[in-house]
Amino acid sequence: MSTPNDLRYTASHEWIRVEADGTLTIGITDHAQEALGDVVFLELPEAGRVVAKEEAIAVIESVKAASDIYAPVAGEILEANQAAVDAPESVNADAYAAWLFKLKPANAADVDGLLDAAGYQAAIG
Amino acid sequence: MSQQTPLHATHVAAGARMVDFAGWDMPVNYGSQIEEHHAVRRDAGMFDVSHMLALDLEGADAKAFLRGLIANDVAKLVEPGKAIYSCMLNEQGGVIDDLIVYFLSDTTYRIVVNAGTADKDLAWMRQRLAATGTVATLTARRDLAMIAVQGPNARNKTWAAIPGAEAASTALKVFQAAAFGDIFIARTGYTGEDGFELTLPAEQAASTWAALSAAGVKPCGLGARDTLRLEAGMALYGNDMDETVSPLDAGLAWTVDFKDENRDFVGKAALVANGSRQQALGLILEDKGILRSHQKVFTAQGEGETSSGSFSPTLERSIALARLPLGVAAGDAVEVDIRGKRLKARVVKAPFVRNGKALV
Repeated sequence: MSTPNDLRYTASHEWIRVEADGTLTIGITDHAQEALGDVVFLELPEAGRVVAKEEAIAVIESVKAASDIYAPVAGEILEANQAAVDAPESVNADAYAAWLFKLKPANAADVDGLLDAAGYQAAIG
Repeated sequence: MSQQTPLHATHVAAGARMVDFAGWDMPVNYGSQIEEHHAVRRDAGMFDVSHMLALDLEGADAKAFLRGLIANDVAKLVEPGKAIYSCMLNEQGGVIDDLIVYFLSDTTYRIVVNAGTADKDLAWMRQRLAATGTVATLTARRDLAMIAVQGPNARNKTWAAIPGAEAASTALKVFQAAAFGDIFIARTGYTGEDGFELTLPAEQAASTWAALSAAGVKPCGLGARDTLRLEAGMALYGNDMDETVSPLDAGLAWTVDFKDENRDFVGKAALVANGSRQQALGLILEDKGILRSHQKVFTAQGEGETSSGSFSPTLERSIALARLPLGVAAGDAVEVDIRGKRLKARVVKAPFVRNGKALV
């Protein structure tokens, strides 16, 4: 199970990469994909949707169960990853390569409130 | 504290993902549930089902007792080792549990019940034994382990793993069992594939599991067991029926035997009075998404509800079992409410898959 140091995290198992232009790329963690098991369906938010922090905006379904995915910070959805929708198993293959959506934060400083790798590892015990 | 089967340490050592199931710490998968599912459809897989409980019933009145206790009729069992699947009903005709009864002799039967209902079943059976003044003893066999070996190559691989087992079990018909030393070999299962369910002393479980693994039988978790049984159209207690659901409404009318008019069994009067009020059918989701239990189904004849749903690894789409209004038929287009959206589904007759082949 990996938790890369260059990413930020939420306690609800999203990872967040802060891009050079300040936009965020978001997926679910390796820990989360392993707990879910084989992922078979993704329902991702549409570009342009304005979302609140911790709003349930996507659904990931494994063979076992459906789980919500939350917006880590408030902002606007820029893009959803259609390749992941077409091949949901890519989330199991590499959770950090299979990003789910990109988000433009309403306030760049909100990112500072997210967990770092050590904080996330502590959160999942 | 969860209960552990005799194979618990084996699962943990193999890196299985363990979850609580009906109070038991059980493997849900050993990696990929979908790969385990395919192993059973295409080759051979094995499941630890030691959480289920074997009960031995012995006594002069055993047969008469069972004829009154369950909805199927054990009187049709005449060949030693033959088994029937049945529901055990309450007075209202609801299902207390579903179980398998093996006929060993007119005075000896083995009953296998679900893990989550085992204590309740045992209490109910003991109460019925007392109420009917039955001369028979009922023994819970927690000293036994159970391994289900399933798949097109399951029998051959079992024979390779257990020297001497072939001669004892090669002639077994489906739903028939035979003793081989300490091992009770039954040609039964819960996957829609051929195979065996082995009941054996707990202390032999780990060595037998290892021998099966060495013979190429893939360890599979309860996750794959659920998708396999769903594709096979087999009911799961607690999902597809429970104490409030009649077997006649849950697609289990074939397990209720009304032939002998002189036979009374618990729940019979209620079944006769109520008849069939719903029917159990399969659904295939036409839109994208995953069907789950307790989703509303909209049909031309009114509303129904899914009782089990998941992703079908064989069909690579989502399927469900549902209780639907009478009058709905295979081929009908219906809609299912998934998170507030109405998605299109098609009604089919279960099973969806049997012996490795898609039927829908």
